[in-house]
Amino acid sequence: MTLMKHLAAATATLALSAGMVAADPALIFDLGGKFDKSFNEAAYEGAQRWATETGGTYKELEMQSEAQREQALRRLAEAGSNPIVMTGFAFGDTLAQVAPDFPDTKFAIIDMVVDQPNVKSVVFTEEQGSYLVGMMAAMASKTGTVGFVGGMDIPLIRKFACGYAQGVKAVNPDATVIANMTGTTPAAWNDPVKGGELAKAQKAQGADVIYAAAGGTGIGVLQAAADEGILSIGVDSNQNYLHPGKVLTSMLKRVDNAVYDAFKAGTALEAGISVMDLAAGGVGYAMDENNAALVSDAMKGQIDKAAKLIGNGTLRVHDYMSDESCPALSF
Amino acid sequence: MDFATLIQILDSTVRLATPLLFACLAGLFSERAGIFDIGLEGKMLAAAFLSAAAAAVTGNVWLGVGAGMFASLILAGIHGLASITFRGNQLISGVAINFLASGLTVLLGQNWFGLGGRTPALTTGGRFEPITLPFADAIAPYPIIGPIYAELISGHSALVYLALAMVPASAWLLYRTRFGLRLRAVGENPAAVDTAGVSVIGIRFAAVAICGILCGLAGAYLALGLAAGFGKEMTAGRGFIALAALIFAKWRPWYALGATLLFGFLEAVGNRFPNIDLGLFTVPSQFMQALPYILTVIILAGFVGKAIPPRAGGQPYVKER
Repeated sequence: MTLMKHLAAATATLALSAGMVAADPALIFDLGGKFDKSFNEAAYEGAQRWATETGGTYKELEMQSEAQREQALRRLAEAGSNPIVMTGFAFGDTLAQVAPDFPDTKFAIIDMVVDQPNVKSVVFTEEQGSYLVGMMAAMASKTGTVGFVGGMDIPLIRKFACGYAQGVKAVNPDATVIANMTGTTPAAWNDPVKGGELAKAQKAQGADVIYAAAGGTGIGVLQAAADEGILSIGVDSNQNYLHPGKVLTSMLKRVDNAVYDAFKAGTALEAGISVMDLAAGGVGYAMDENNAALVSDAMKGQIDKAAKLIGNGTLRVHDYMSDESCPALSF
Repeated sequence: MDFATLIQILDSTVRLATPLLFACLAGLFSERAGIFDIGLEGKMLAAAFLSAAAAAVTGNVWLGVGAGMFASLILAGIHGLASITFRGNQLISGVAINFLASGLTVLLGQNWFGLGGRTPALTTGGRFEPITLPFADAIAPYPIIGPIYAELISGHSALVYLALAMVPASAWLLYRTRFGLRLRAVGENPAAVDTAGVSVIGIRFAAVAICGILCGLAGAYLALGLAAGFGKEMTAGRGFIALAALIFAKWRPWYALGATLLFGFLEAVGNRFPNIDLGLFTVPSQFMQALPYILTVIILAGFVGKAIPPRAGGQPYVKER
C-alpha cells in the first residue's frame, strides 16, 4: 500500500515536472501591433533577447480586435503556456476574469494592475521619464512653446502628458504646453495622417518640440515634425534613428526588460505589483549618435541631476492616475 | 481667433478634405449608377498600401499613384463582378472588400518589407512635394491677399489641385454629357436605359471603375501626400466619413465639395482647439470628433432637407425575359 502510494506520488511528480518542461512562455501583443516601433515592439525585443540567450522558444499572438482578448488568453492557458505575458492596459478586465480559472498558470500584465494571486502586474512610472524629456524639450525650445500628441485619450496617456508638462514647467515656468489627443477609440493608435496634422497645427501655434506618445500615430508626428524643421520626441522604444538629427530624444520605457524578466522567471514568476521606476531603470531617455549633436552636456547634466533627485525621492513627479488631475496641464 | 490662425485652419482644412473629396466623388459615381459602395474604406486602404509600396521600391511618386489606382481598380472590379455580374448583395460585397483590404495590406506588407505591415518611410522623390504657385513669393507680403494666396491656395501637393478640379469635371460629366445622363438613368430606372438599347451592365461597370480610380487617388494622397508611407489601418474610417459626406451632399458633386470641406474644417478646428471654451461651458474634443456623424444623422432625419438616394440603388438589374 505504501509502495503504491509512493509510486503514485512519483508518477504525479513526474507528470507535473514533464508539464513544467513543456511549458513555453507566451507573449500577447495589444492592438497597436507587434511592429509599432514603440511599445509592443519593445516587448517583442525583450522576448527575442530571452530566446537568443536561453535558446528557448515562446508563443506569440497579436490582437486584431477587442473581441479576441478572452479567447486568446484562454487558448494559450489551456495549451499550457506558462507564464503568459500581455502588453497593454486593455487586458485588465479580461485577465481579472480569466486568471482565477487557471490557478496553476502564471500571468504577467504590463501597464495595468490586476489583483490576483497568480498575476504579476508591471507598471512603469511614465511620469518620471516624461518629466525628464519634458525638461529637455523646454531646454531645446526657442519659442517657449512645446507640444504633446497623445494616442487614445486614456488616463495612462494623460499620465505621460502630465509628467511631460511638469518637466517643461520645471525648466521654464512661463512655457506653454499644447496637448492634443488623437482620438477616443483604438483607431487613434494607428492614424499617422491625423498625427501629422496635429503636429502641423501645434507648429502653427508656435511649438518647436513635440512629444508623441501615440503608438503608430507617433510615426506621423515625427515625420511631420521632421518635414516642418522642428524637433520631436519619441516614446517607449528608442526612436531617435527614425529621423537622425531631428528627433531630440526618446522617452524609454523598458517594456523589453519587463518581458525579459518575466520570461526568465518562468513558472516561478512572483505575483504582485512590480513598479519599474527611474531608480530601477524602468524608464529613462535615449542618447545615441543620432541625437548627440542636439543635446549639449549642460542640458544632459541638468537632466541627470533631476533624475538623481527623482531616484532618491527628493523630487516628486505628480502621477496623473493617482488623482485624475494634473497641476501643470489642464485637459 | 486672428486672421493668421484662420488661414492655418483653412489650410489644414484643404489637406484633410482632399482624401474625403476624392472618396466622396468616387462613391458618388458608383451610387449614382445604382451600386452602393461601402467598400470605399477598403479601396482607399489598398491604394494607400500599394502606392506607398511602389513609391518606396521605385522612388517615383507617380508610379506610386499608378500602383494605388491599380490596387483600387482590382477591388472595384471584384465589387463589380459580385454585385453587377453575379447580382450579389452590394453591401455584403462592400464589407467583404473592407475586410479583404484590411487583412491583405498587412499580410503583403509584412511579407514584402518585414516591418510589421508598414512600408519603409518614403524620402524625397517618393513623396508629393508642395507646389508653389507662380508669384506666391511676390504676393505674400501683401496683407489679406498675400497669406490667402501664398499659404492657403499655394503650397499644396498636386493631388489637392487635381481633387478640386475633379469637382467641376464630375459635374460636367454627370450633367452635360450623354454618358452622364445614361449613368444617372441607370441609377434611377435601369429598365428604361435598357429599352433604349444601352448596356446597363456596361454603364455600371464604367461607374465602378471611375469609383476605383478616384479611391485610388484618395489612398495615394493619404500615403504619399499626407503621411510618408503606409501604416496598418491608416485610413482610420475616412472612407465611412466620405460616405456620410455623400449623403450629406445629397449625391451631387458641388455639394460634395461643400460637405467634405465642412467635415475637413470641423476636424481642423478640433485639431487646433481640442476643447472649445464658449464661456458658459466647454465643448469637449469628443463632441468635435463626432460632429460629422451627428450632422449626417440630422440630415437623414430630414431637418435640413431630404436626401433621396438614387431610386435603383442597391438593386441588381435583372433583364426581363
